[in-house]
Amino acid sequence: MSNVLPIFKKEVRSYFSSPVAYIVITVFLLICGWFFSTSLFVIGQASMRNVFQIIPFVLTFLVPAITMRLLSEERKSGTFELLTTMPISDIDIVIGKYLSALLLLAVALFFTLGYAITVKSLGNADAGVTVAGYIGLLLLGAGYVAIGVLASSLTENQIVAFIVSFMIIFFLSLVDKVLMFLPAGLANVFEYLSAEYHFNNIARGVVDTRDLIYYASLIVLGLYFSARALQRRF
Amino acid sequence: MIQVRELHKHFDQTRAVDGVSFDMKSGEILGFLGPNGAGKTTTMRVITCFLPPTAGTVEVDGLDVRTQSIAVRERIGYLPESAPLYGDMNVVDYLMFVAELRKIPSADRRRKVRHAVDVCGLGEVLRKNVGQLSSGYRQRAGLAQAILHDPPILVLDEPTRGLDPNQIVEIRQLIKDLGRQKTVVFSTHILSEVEAMCDRVLIIHRGKKVFDGPKSELSYGRTGKERIYVELRANGDVAQQLRGLPGADAVHVVSRDGESTRLHVEAPRGRDLREAIFDSAVQQGWKVLEMRRDTESFEDVFRELTKDEQ
Repeated sequence: MSNVLPIFKKEVRSYFSSPVAYIVITVFLLICGWFFSTSLFVIGQASMRNVFQIIPFVLTFLVPAITMRLLSEERKSGTFELLTTMPISDIDIVIGKYLSALLLLAVALFFTLGYAITVKSLGNADAGVTVAGYIGLLLLGAGYVAIGVLASSLTENQIVAFIVSFMIIFFLSLVDKVLMFLPAGLANVFEYLSAEYHFNNIARGVVDTRDLIYYASLIVLGLYFSARALQRRF
Repeated sequence: MIQVRELHKHFDQTRAVDGVSFDMKSGEILGFLGPNGAGKTTTMRVITCFLPPTAGTVEVDGLDVRTQSIAVRERIGYLPESAPLYGDMNVVDYLMFVAELRKIPSADRRRKVRHAVDVCGLGEVLRKNVGQLSSGYRQRAGLAQAILHDPPILVLDEPTRGLDPNQIVEIRQLIKDLGRQKTVVFSTHILSEVEAMCDRVLIIHRGKKVFDGPKSELSYGRTGKERIYVELRANGDVAQQLRGLPGADAVHVVSRDGESTRLHVEAPRGRDLREAIFDSAVQQGWKVLEMRRDTESFEDVFRELTKDEQ
């Protein structure tokens, strides 16, 4: 595990020394800010509800953008060969890269705390709901990033990595909205598969182990299969 | 130090490496030769644990590349073909990153990086991004990361590729110096490089080993014969006379114009016929215009060994 740290540090530096981190954070805050301020000024409602509803949607394309180059770039530029001949296991590489992307996402989320503080000072918002919302967003993001890392480990083409992870994440976030078209037996299964269903549970303030297990398995499976994919050397 | 036994590496239908075996002792410099696509890079990639072998075993320092991969990697410094490095990092940051991956204690890191920088002559480009380096400096940065942790074994895939003649001489010297304390395997398809740098040569062709031995051995070629070139001025059938010499296996006339004849006399290895030829020339009243031991040129032997059977 001590090998995770150098990879993590290098990737964090690589995010913040290039425009990537700043573009991601700016786009994220612009979109969230738009929805926050329309509800605040147009509807006159000081609430985080709109923000918590829009962020999962924004994450469906923002996370793939963050993660697409993590592993595919290594393959493309050939640095993959040097990295995998260092005395470090494949899973350490994957975890280091995963955590760096998660950190960038957490930083972006951190800036939205500004909205929460505004809401708090304007009305009597329920602090519990806000905290639960953020826990839900972090878990949701952590699951999505694992999917993004997996997609990036499968290809040397960043665009392909983006599209593959976007499609998987989009499916997981959308599936609970089409449940009514499914037969009853399947509906339960697909409901459990839905990332947003679990997010909504947590955001309501009900933290159930079923929801935690869901996100934990997304992360574990995503990272495990990424490490497996690294064993394919070409 | 390195033990390769019946190594096979197949990619789908192609047999990139097809039953190669060799041993390397500690402190040896081995030149790995072969035409493009012969399997040099693949063999090196198996030794460095980038690719698992399809069949056969590779042991480094007694450790198996399959089961003790991490320990093997710790003992090897590797420079892949065309030195793929992170373009967005500067040289110092990159080397510090590698030092960390190599588990060099943080107190030693700066010193080790400085040492590698000095040895590889990177002093002027420390703060430059790797992506902006000229190919010579890039290659040196690649070498610096390979020697950073002072590994007992260096595996260098075409270390002089893309360099200008001056840089080639410098890098060769550097590798020769490093080779005094380390076991070095390097690949190349520049034949003069092998002559300049290593004691032992291994030639592979189409995934198979076609030659393994000291450099001096290679000049005998596949025939394994001693060959003497003579130019004589004489009348009559010189070749017929020379064929009668004891020990002369074969005599080939290279060319003949007017009175002078040029010939190759072949003898078993280790038998020097020069004196006998001279004596017989004196006896017959021939004039010896030129006589030398002919070693087959490196290029000839290489071409001979790696010729495709039609």
